[in-house]
Amino acid sequence: MQLETTINGRPVPLTFAAGEFLSETLRRYGYLSVKEGCDTGSCGLCTVWLDGSPVLSCSILTARCGGKEITTIEALQTEAEEFGRFMVAEGAEQCGFCAPGFTLTVLAMKRELVDPDEKEISHYLAGNLCRCSGYQGQMRAIKKYMGVK
Amino acid sequence: MKYVGKGIPKIDGLALVKGKPAYTSDLDINDNALIVKILRSPHAKARIIGIDASTALAMTGVECVLTHEDVPKTRFTLAGQSFPEPSPYDRRILDDRVRYVGDEVAIVAAVDEATAMEALATIKVDYQVETPALDLNEAIDSEHLVHDYEVHTNFPIGHDATRNIAASHYSEQGDVEAELAASDVVVEEIYNTQAQAHAMMETYRATTSLDVNGRLQVMSSTQIPYHVRRHLSRILDIPKSRIKILKPRLGGGFGGKQTASVELFPAIVTMKTGKPAKIVYTRPETFACATSRHAMQLKVRLGADRDGTIRAVDIYCLSDTGAYGEHAPTVFWVVGQKTLPLYGKAKSCRYHGHAVYTNKSPAGALRGYGATQGTFALESAINQLAAELDIDPAELRLKNLLNEGESHPELCGSSPEKNATLASSSLHRCIKRGRELIGWPKNYSAVKISENKVRGYGMSVTMQGSGISGIDTASALIKLNEDGFFTLSHSASDMGQGSDTVLNQIAAEILEVEMEQVVVTSFDLDTSPYDPGAYASSGAYVTGHATLLAAHDLVRQMCESAAKALNVTIDSVEYAGGVLTSDNKSMTISELAAHLCSQGGMDILVGKGTFGSETSPPPFIAGFAEVEVDLETGKSMVTDYVAVVDCGKVLNENLARIQVEGGVVMGIGMGLYEDVRFSSKGRLATASFMEYRIPSREDFGRIRVEFEESHEPTGPYGAKSIGEVVCNTPPPAIAHAIANATGQWHRKLPILAEDVLLAYIRKRETEHE
Repeated sequence: MQLETTINGRPVPLTFAAGEFLSETLRRYGYLSVKEGCDTGSCGLCTVWLDGSPVLSCSILTARCGGKEITTIEALQTEAEEFGRFMVAEGAEQCGFCAPGFTLTVLAMKRELVDPDEKEISHYLAGNLCRCSGYQGQMRAIKKYMGVK
Repeated sequence: MKYVGKGIPKIDGLALVKGKPAYTSDLDINDNALIVKILRSPHAKARIIGIDASTALAMTGVECVLTHEDVPKTRFTLAGQSFPEPSPYDRRILDDRVRYVGDEVAIVAAVDEATAMEALATIKVDYQVETPALDLNEAIDSEHLVHDYEVHTNFPIGHDATRNIAASHYSEQGDVEAELAASDVVVEEIYNTQAQAHAMMETYRATTSLDVNGRLQVMSSTQIPYHVRRHLSRILDIPKSRIKILKPRLGGGFGGKQTASVELFPAIVTMKTGKPAKIVYTRPETFACATSRHAMQLKVRLGADRDGTIRAVDIYCLSDTGAYGEHAPTVFWVVGQKTLPLYGKAKSCRYHGHAVYTNKSPAGALRGYGATQGTFALESAINQLAAELDIDPAELRLKNLLNEGESHPELCGSSPEKNATLASSSLHRCIKRGRELIGWPKNYSAVKISENKVRGYGMSVTMQGSGISGIDTASALIKLNEDGFFTLSHSASDMGQGSDTVLNQIAAEILEVEMEQVVVTSFDLDTSPYDPGAYASSGAYVTGHATLLAAHDLVRQMCESAAKALNVTIDSVEYAGGVLTSDNKSMTISELAAHLCSQGGMDILVGKGTFGSETSPPPFIAGFAEVEVDLETGKSMVTDYVAVVDCGKVLNENLARIQVEGGVVMGIGMGLYEDVRFSSKGRLATASFMEYRIPSREDFGRIRVEFEESHEPTGPYGAKSIGEVVCNTPPPAIAHAIANATGQWHRKLPILAEDVLLAYIRKRETEHE
């Protein structure tokens, strides 16, 4: 199957098998920041933006992405670095396997939530699992990054 | 000090956050590798009478189909341990028996995943289904044997396959029965812990190919690259020199990747076909077909005088190793080794029991490695003893815990001739500080905060080790390059804990250069020295110490070379801050390096260091839990957790803090959420993140971490380990807090809401009768 999408600001025609999920397609096309952790939409590792909103690419059929705008962290390196500096200052990235999907969700949250408290932040990010960090260092990094108390 | 002790960001951290390619599947993406898939047993126990794989073999795109008839009959263990491994050699690549639901039956390699899956579906297997041994309590001396042949062990571990026993142990100090009989109070309880999953985010994976020299090249997400090479050499009968191991970044390990669960499958495909091959375990395979924490049943008996003097500690343990015995004896031993020395003032102690085979998913190494299970049982019993004696549980511990400078025969490094001494411990200080932080005097034992909500408070202490005493030995090399920067090579796996960074800190500290001037490499075994791997809490202590020695060795060599170059005596050369000085002559390390690689110098400087310890100094933690229990629903929520840690000198406070926070959350998961369930026929029913719930960020309140430094004389800069000890205190501290909130002790993990509610209802009904 074939369709047209925009990936990271550039038009990309995708060729894929019926039933293929977006995470698989993206990795096959070399967007290696997209990680896969569960295949059941449970862990948040494969998060990308679809038309500007974070989605779980392991649970979205590539066939549904015709005409859509897909964004991976490769397109957001400056913002990712800005947030990343807070993350590494806390030591919160640890194994880093969940970090790209998590960071994309944080960047989307920053666009969506105004002056959120800890509870709102945790709720927004509840779908992004991390087995290493215990989430505390991530929260410290997010609060410093977003300038919230 | 410039770097050691500072909260230095991880050297690779920013790249990982930005999603740069770093992991096994990122680096092999352009390979046209064959996709390897495994046909797995639907039965917990069966004999394979016949396999017809002819349709699969004939399919277009299928390159390789292997059954037990096509592979070597060698038996082995996949446990990542120094040779000779204590784990029994009870595995084959493929066997004509299957021993758990998910056991390997056939290996298929095809051009793509869809073809491989289609091929799997065409393989016809004729099973003679047998009755499995599923219950830990009924497995010993069951007529249903998991392994009905003589299993090889490298040395006596109390193995007896004819009784389903993978390992046995008996160790007693003093006379436990006599001391129990003389005690005023005896606590005797049985505790059950579950088969916790590692749930690392990156599933198991490996890619193999033949390099230009015809060597088998294996790139794997592994904690144990050297052991993987040794295993493959034995399993596939090829010399180690013909195997090249590459180890990229790991997406988490937690001990799971201390077992070589997947490497052999693509490796044998590459050896058979000559083509690149790769395997990526699905999440269900990672849950059900790799390893988990050993589920255990522990019977604890404690005897004490009325004044709180503990006289006897007795632990009898049954460990469920599942179908195979990876780490079965060692995890089982560690239960006793990392608990009994805590209450080392007691006149007697005993640890005994068996690691048992059952027809369930195999168990293996997991962070905490038996100490976790032992701590839950022993610390729960200690808390109950304190309640029965009506003594503050913190005071009971302060009175009975082994102090720095005291000796105990169960401490690592003890021999029959001489008891090892606890060279560093601030555990007593940790308890006192933790008590302050949680508001113990004001809050203990519980505070009612509304009509149906009670906050209970609980505590526990724990210890682990640092490296494996008398066995594991690691090396590090530091090379001075031609323009004055250094390459530090080592083979400990950085799975997120930051070992590359901590080793970089140590090297830069001693070499007195910027950290950026030291390049750290741990990718290619061809160029990096031996290291048993990232396990047994050995990174900072063992490999860290080796790095320290290597750096000192290189400084000495630089002084010698500078003396030659400057034509002065060796003793007159001093090194400081990148400059070698002798009286009024001096040269920078850059100048020295340039000189050495010229016709004038013609030399190469490589500092080397090797370290193995006769002791395994334990880090300690005092953990305090505040748990809010909803008496109407039974739901328990850890609202505050205080962990005060003695890991000796803290080498990198930020990385150490995250280790503690992550470990505490893993412990909270084990205490309250992570529920492993098998069906009545032995199928793991919790093989996805939908069914096996690990804590999310909404599942607990705050976690507070403080360090009470001690100085470990055998550690680099006085450091001990931190990686494993961190997950041990939450389960018993939470159980204690729930007991204080509800009046009911829970002795089985996880402590689910329904368990708490039902116990509470029953208690109230009993009170009303």
